[in-house]
Amino acid sequence: MIETKNLTYSFDEENPFEKKLILNNINLTVRDGEFLCVLGHNGSGKSTLAKHFNAIYLPSGGCVFVDGIDTKCEEKLWDIRQNTAMVFQNPDNQIVATIVEEDVAFAAENLGIDPKEIQQRVDWALDAVGMSKFKNHAPHLLSGGQKQRIAIAGVIAMKPKTIVLDEPTAMLDPKGRKEVLKTITKLNKEYGITIILITHNMDEATLADRIVVIDSGEIVLDDIPKNVFSDVEKMKSLGLDTPQVTEIAYRLKKAGYNIKSDILDVEDCVEEILKLCQ
Amino acid sequence: MIKDITLGQFFPIDSPIHKMDPRVKILATIIYIFAVFFAKGYAGYIVVALFTYVIILMSKVPLKLILKSLKPLVFLVIFTSLLNIFMTDGKIVTLFNIPLKLGFLKITYEGLSIAVKMALRLIFLVAGTSLLTFTTSPIVLTDGIESLLSPFNKIGLPSHELAMMMSIAIRFIPTLIEETDKIMKAQKARGADFESGNLIKRVKALVPILVPLFISSFRRADELAVAMEARCYKGGKGRTRLRELKLSNIDFKASLYMLLFVLSIVVTNIFVKV
Repeated sequence: MIETKNLTYSFDEENPFEKKLILNNINLTVRDGEFLCVLGHNGSGKSTLAKHFNAIYLPSGGCVFVDGIDTKCEEKLWDIRQNTAMVFQNPDNQIVATIVEEDVAFAAENLGIDPKEIQQRVDWALDAVGMSKFKNHAPHLLSGGQKQRIAIAGVIAMKPKTIVLDEPTAMLDPKGRKEVLKTITKLNKEYGITIILITHNMDEATLADRIVVIDSGEIVLDDIPKNVFSDVEKMKSLGLDTPQVTEIAYRLKKAGYNIKSDILDVEDCVEEILKLCQ
Repeated sequence: MIKDITLGQFFPIDSPIHKMDPRVKILATIIYIFAVFFAKGYAGYIVVALFTYVIILMSKVPLKLILKSLKPLVFLVIFTSLLNIFMTDGKIVTLFNIPLKLGFLKITYEGLSIAVKMALRLIFLVAGTSLLTFTTSPIVLTDGIESLLSPFNKIGLPSHELAMMMSIAIRFIPTLIEETDKIMKAQKARGADFESGNLIKRVKALVPILVPLFISSFRRADELAVAMEARCYKGGKGRTRLRELKLSNIDFKASLYMLLFVLSIVVTNIFVKV
């Protein structure tokens, strides 16, 4: 479980002496096994929030608790990082080794685990992300989606409770994006790993159990996807889009048709529109 | 294309030499270098030549490849040979009763002998050591170096960190080459010209490539550091390895062969005065 209490963070890259408020009074609880999506446009502070979950950044005010441990507690730093793993945007800049298998082993090696157990974990992790075939390949010859799955395998080899993914699909093509999302959903549903997905892609957000929308460092919405997206006007005022199907339903409704406004997937939408036609 | 570059000159094939522990291979190479310098007469050089030939055969690396790695040496060999031939004092060579001497330049028997030995020495050195990089992948090589340097940790040598830096550098070579390619194409698309003009002009044209490359590598370094920390990297202390380096039968055999090699050189040095 991850909990933030009155989390505040201020920092200014250009002028370190004049601090700018990036996160303002964030109170958020992420339950075990949950698939949470943090939405927000560029500069909303969502990446900064993500980096608080495993003590890469420490709060300027308030606290972050990971499984009851304060992230400010230096002795527990490595426990926190093992508990809450993180995957970043650029797959190239998080791969350390020249062979897939060795890169997946990196985190487990850092934890000082017995070599035999490392091998087991590596095999398991590669299997979980569906990359066993590429065990002995060189990472730089893989596609973006494959590299990102290797990065995910590298963190699940630590056996974390939570994985924070900071815009993992932003640099991928549609095929790679699909692969990565499938992997994330599988990890959540089959292995019970808590997922915190940071994104500004609305279609990805619909996969989550719960969406938190962040704007200028504050939580403005916190609800299940249907409720978040049904409020199309509010989303627009926050500079965010809604999934295409929700947008269609919204426009139809505005034009006077009697249609549900909380449509999230294509099949639902087709069904509703067919109903209208009858 | 540019993605297919091989790192170093590693020649991946299955051979007893490839299977050797990198630490043993590095130490054996060092011993080999000493042995080459230690051999005195031509008999010693014959032993070295035989040994080198045998290990090249065992490594299954094509002889052509080894000879190719000797190519950059040609100039150095010719240069040192000329110096040795003309500048060494001793008994002057006479050809058709004419002493070969012109001013301070002279050809002596001693000079000829030293020149031949020097040339052989250089050739053996490069052939033997290049065999190390032909049969060991760069990553395995860094593992070996790390392990060999680890006793010096006590006097403050960060052996793990050095090896980590080397392996990350190797890891990012293809990434940076790809990036350079991209930047060059982007600059060309905007009319940059890298091919024409004199040397100074061409070097100047490289600046708009190097600046973005530098900036992006700093950004990469920063991101990689955060990603490594997020994966619990805290230096070499308390770290285990997926693949522990282990000595096998081959390594003991190899050590035995090395010992025999050194012994036979010592023996020829003592007993054969040629």
